[in-house]
This record gives sequence, C-alpha cells and structure tokens, in this order.
Amino acid sequence: MKHLMIKLIIAILFFSTTAIAVENEIATLRDKTKIDQQQEPNTIPKVINKDIKKSRNYPMQPPIIPHTARNYEVNLNNNKCLSCHNRNRTEESQAPMVSVTHFMNRDGNFLAEISPRRYFCNQCHVTQRDTKPLVENTFIDMHSLIKHKNSEE
Amino acid sequence: MKRFIQIGWKTLRRPSGYFSLGFLVIGGFVAGVIFWGGFNTALEITNTEEFCISCHEMENNVYEELKATIHFSNRSGVRATCPDCHVPHKWSDKIARKMQASKEVWGMIFGTIDTRDKFVAERRRLAQHEWTRLKSNDSLECRNCHNFEYMDFTEQSERAAVQHSTTLASGEKTCIDCHKGIAHELPDMKGVEGW
Repeated sequence: MKHLMIKLIIAILFFSTTAIAVENEIATLRDKTKIDQQQEPNTIPKVINKDIKKSRNYPMQPPIIPHTARNYEVNLNNNKCLSCHNRNRTEESQAPMVSVTHFMNRDGNFLAEISPRRYFCNQCHVTQRDTKPLVENTFIDMHSLIKHKNSEE
Repeated sequence: MKRFIQIGWKTLRRPSGYFSLGFLVIGGFVAGVIFWGGFNTALEITNTEEFCISCHEMENNVYEELKATIHFSNRSGVRATCPDCHVPHKWSDKIARKMQASKEVWGMIFGTIDTRDKFVAERRRLAQHEWTRLKSNDSLECRNCHNFEYMDFTEQSERAAVQHSTTLASGEKTCIDCHKGIAHELPDMKGVEGW
C-alpha cells in the first residue's frame, strides 16, 4: 500500500512537470501568458505607404504591395487593384503592370483578360506593416548562399 | 350655415374690410415667421442621418457599408453623415435636391429596392445618379469639407500629391473621377472610365 502511494505521487509529479513543460512550449506566441489571463495588446502598426519597391526574397515571391490598400474592393463586380495595374491602365497610372503569367490559364494559353485563377490579388500580394517580426527568420536568400559558397572555395 | 360661409369668404376676399391694417400686417408677419420656422425645422429633420436610416433600404445597405470606411471611423473622430455628401448645403440647391428626393419616397412606398437583391440589381443605376450629380457640380459636397486651397501636398503620400497637384489642380478631373466608392461598395464597374 505504501509503495503504491509513493508510485502514485511520483507519477503525479512526473506528469505535472511534463504538463508545465508542454504548456511553456505551446505558449510562446502568447509570450507565456497564462491561459486565464490576457496580455495587453500592442498598438497596431501602420501599413507601409512609401511606394518604394522592395527586393524579393526569392525569385518566385509575389511582390509585396508598397502602399495602403484599405477598402480596396476585389470581388465579382470590381477589382480596384486592376484600375491601376491592368495592362490598359498602366500608361496613365504609371503603376507596374501585372505579370503576363496572370493572363495565362492553367493550360498555358494567354487570355485577353486576367485569368480567373489570378484575379484575387491579395491571395498572394500583401501590404507590409512597419513592425518587428514576431518570430526570428532564418531564411537565407539563394544569392547570399551561392556567394557564401563561392567565397569558401 | 350659409351665412357663416359667406362671412368667411368675404373675410378671405377682402380682409381689410373686417380687420385693421395694423393687425393684418403684424399678424401676417408673425404667421410668416411661424410658417417659415416650421418649414425649415421640418426640412432640417429630413436632413439628418436618423431620418435617412429610418428606412431599412438605407440602414441595411448603404449605412452598413459606410460603417467600415474612413468617413465613418477615423483617427480624428470627424465623420460625414448621409446629408453631408448627398444633400447640397446651399438653400436653392437643397430644395431642388429635396424635390428630386420625393421620387425616393415613391420608391420606398412601392418597394423598388426593398430587398438586398433588388438593391444590388439597381445599384449601378443609383450610383450613376450620384456620380453624374457630383461630376456636374465639381464634387461640391466633397469640397464642403475638403477644401483644395488648404491641401498640404507635403502631408500627402507621394502618389496622392502628384495626382492632386496636377489633374485636380488644373480642374481636368474632379474628386469623384478617382474616388468612386469611397463611402459605399461599388456596383459592377464595367465600362466606367478609369476601371
């Protein structure tokens, strides 16, 4: 009986410590705030509106939007983005034209209008906010990788 | 009975025969003030947001859409109500607009847009009315608050400054040419210039 009690106590201690460890691991985005507590939220950072193109982190990255896009309607009726970035609008707006790939359907044929599968701009293109990243990014650009490798040789 | 009507008619036809001239002048003046005050008060009541959204057509469609925009919620807490943009401030223009708006009462009674589907179907036509009005009066209702003379281009984003200091300054374009759908959702824009 006594042995059983000790075993039980050890088991309870063991499970409770693992539970705490697991809790700590999960709670990183909440900054280790207890589940019944709420952290004071940070102020919402502003959208970058400088109109200056950022370099892409990798060749296939959809370019980010360097301006605010509050209340831009992209729906069945309209596409506000295209009122500047469409092929026939860029002369007046001087905005970059949507890439030709956006006119291709899935069989690789070019259409006269934006392909429906590329219509919803903000599925890929997003605005950026002036803020520190929440998690550290260890991504290394391919070019720096090649450069590093070449310098080693 | 017949005598009463006769006296009433005679009083109406030649009031100076029954009342003193002073009474008629002063009485007429007072009655005029009361009538004018009442008329203007009634007019102002129809010029409030509460009056506009007392119809569900307005409250459930355009008012709901306005709530998400900068003209409803913004950093400084100044907001535009329906009549700020949709009713001219100058008296004669206001009366003209109010007379046009009597057709909207007709639409309300006969349910022209009493469901969301009906409203969406009519949306392009209704929006076109407003675009035409704002284009023809050089976006007067915008300019009641946004005065071009006091715009500081250096405070604007670069793109905005370029466009405001060129085409807007020269009068080639007016606010509504670019800022369609600034306060409400847009209809199907097929064929609209600039889309």
